[in-house]
Amino acid sequence: MNILEVNRLSIAFGGLKAVDNFNIEIKKGQLYGLIGPNGAGKTTVFNLLTGVYKPDAGIIMLDGVNVAGKRTISICQAGIARTFQNIRLFTEMSVLDNVKVGLHNHHRYGIATGLFRLPGYFRAEKEMDERAMELLKVFDMEQYFDYKAANLPYGQQRKLEIARALATEPKLLLLDEPAAGMNPNETTELMEMIRFVRDTFDMTILLIEHDMKLVSGICEALTVLNFGQVLCQGETAEVLNDPEVIKAYLGE
Amino acid sequence: MNSVKRKKLIDNLFTYGLVVFCWIAVQALSATGHMTNQINGLLVPICMYVILAVSLNLTVGISGELSLGHAGFMCVGAFSGSFFTKLMAEAIPSLQARFIIALVIGALTAAFFGVIIGIPVLRLRGDYLAIVTLAFGEIIKNVMNVIYVGVDNGMLRIAMEKKANLNLSENGRVIIEGAMGITKTPKASTFTIGIVLVLITLFIVQNLINSRTGRAIMAIRDNRIAAESVGLNITKYKLLAFSVSASLAGMAGVLYSHNLASLAAEKFDYNMSILILVYVVLGGIGNIRGSIISAIVLTLLPELLRGMNNYRMLIYAIVLIIMMIANSAPSAIAARERLLEKFQRKNTKEAA
Ligand SMILES: Nc1ncnc2c1ncn2[C@@H]1O[C@H](COP(=O)(O)OP(=O)(O)OP(=O)(O)O)[C@@H](O)[C@H]1O
Ligand SMILES: [Mg+2]
Repeated sequence: MNILEVNRLSIAFGGLKAVDNFNIEIKKGQLYGLIGPNGAGKTTVFNLLTGVYKPDAGIIMLDGVNVAGKRTISICQAGIARTFQNIRLFTEMSVLDNVKVGLHNHHRYGIATGLFRLPGYFRAEKEMDERAMELLKVFDMEQYFDYKAANLPYGQQRKLEIARALATEPKLLLLDEPAAGMNPNETTELMEMIRFVRDTFDMTILLIEHDMKLVSGICEALTVLNFGQVLCQGETAEVLNDPEVIKAYLGE
Repeated sequence: MNSVKRKKLIDNLFTYGLVVFCWIAVQALSATGHMTNQINGLLVPICMYVILAVSLNLTVGISGELSLGHAGFMCVGAFSGSFFTKLMAEAIPSLQARFIIALVIGALTAAFFGVIIGIPVLRLRGDYLAIVTLAFGEIIKNVMNVIYVGVDNGMLRIAMEKKANLNLSENGRVIIEGAMGITKTPKASTFTIGIVLVLITLFIVQNLINSRTGRAIMAIRDNRIAAESVGLNITKYKLLAFSVSASLAGMAGVLYSHNLASLAAEKFDYNMSILILVYVVLGGIGNIRGSIISAIVLTLLPELLRGMNNYRMLIYAIVLIIMMIANSAPSAIAARERLLEKFQRKNTKEAA
């Protein structure tokens, strides 16, 4: 079953066709890679999928529902969560609170309940604390829970972003260069974690990455983007041996 | 995790404790005859400035929007509250009861203005938002300066520019009189009521910050795009913080207008907004207790220094600078946190 089916997705900035007729099909539980040279339009695809940009044309079917052109909030509620290439954390808040913000729409209580500290407040906060700690544990970060997010080391910040995204209970998780800025050890660890997340949460993951070791290590299928267009698509091993792809990467 | 929660709780209780301590100290001082008339006259204004500073901190520190129109909301609250108290003089004889209802009315009216001004203003960011809030504050002040409201035969009459435009019948009376504003509002504000209102303000602001709603507001402040990506409704939470902040300012306005015999719109100009902002900045942006302390110190200081005529403003300026450094220099912040931690450790031990 396909969780995501994108058809003829396009957007242009001025004269530049940043994404042109983009198609992709991702199966439930798949670990899928989106690769391509700098400026190919990968991040723009994420921005289209999450409603940050409105597509000029195209369809985005998420689990049978077209979310193209919808607002970011509705798309989040429909089940797409993401991380950002240039990390975007709630810098002044604690690590735990960052994850709890991700839980915002799943553990509700009213403003009055919060103001007057009614029983519902304590119940929901306790649930949120527990759930947030569970998520932090997945990323080996529970000991940092009371750190200010801005004070975390770089690698931990990337992981916190993933934990926050998972807290929204998505059907599809988008990771924009999760290993950027990590050392080889951290990258290996991250690969394990991504696999673990996929297995335990039965998550579908689409990730952008330049680190070929990570891509070939964990991605089951790939789409290669070049100048906004799909250059090649298919199983990882096939795609990486495709002469066109090799040319696009080495021909720069 | 529980220790972190306890620390936060103690921190909040400490803030309430500080306010209660001030009340006790003042009672003790006046019982022993140590209060001068000047200081006595400052007690209600101090409560008012504390409420204003704490509420503005909700907008500036927690929601991250630099608002320069806080005096405008105070103005709306002051006028609507006083208007009610005067209008209902016969219908509700008890001044206490009228004052309490006036406080609610002032807060609600200011909240309403917070929403209608917030909707256009919160679309802007940073400097633009600051300038437009400043403008709205001035508009409110200027409108109140020319508005006349009277009542005759159970009917409200509203007019602009001149009292004559009201066309009141002989048995009518004018309540809001243009630039003269509202005169002879009965004095209902007391220091104790002021302290109670400060505690209510703290209760609302602190509980809001430490809840789901507060987290959403701060998340939007820290990173709008990320906040949207996890499904937060930006407009809703921005507007909520802005209007709660406005309503508390409105309440402070009612406290103000029931403390003086005359209420004129002129008082609520941008100087007032800037003054409140100075308290917030000096107390530390986002630091609620800091807002309280700086509002108290900076309201008292000019009065305490009255004896030193020539050096008064110099000392005032030096204190401003010292407070700024104490609250913003990293080494000073670290030292303060160490001190606080020591204090809190002692506290938890006692509690255990
Ligand atoms: N908001 C925008 N306005 C104008 N041009 C844009 C905008 N967003 C992206 N672009 C352009 O679209 C192209 C694709 O950018 P994008 O960020 O998607 O590339 P990318 O594949 O993620 O690259 P990288 O690997 O460097 O992250 C670039 O030429 C970029 O300048
Ligand atoms: Mg990119």
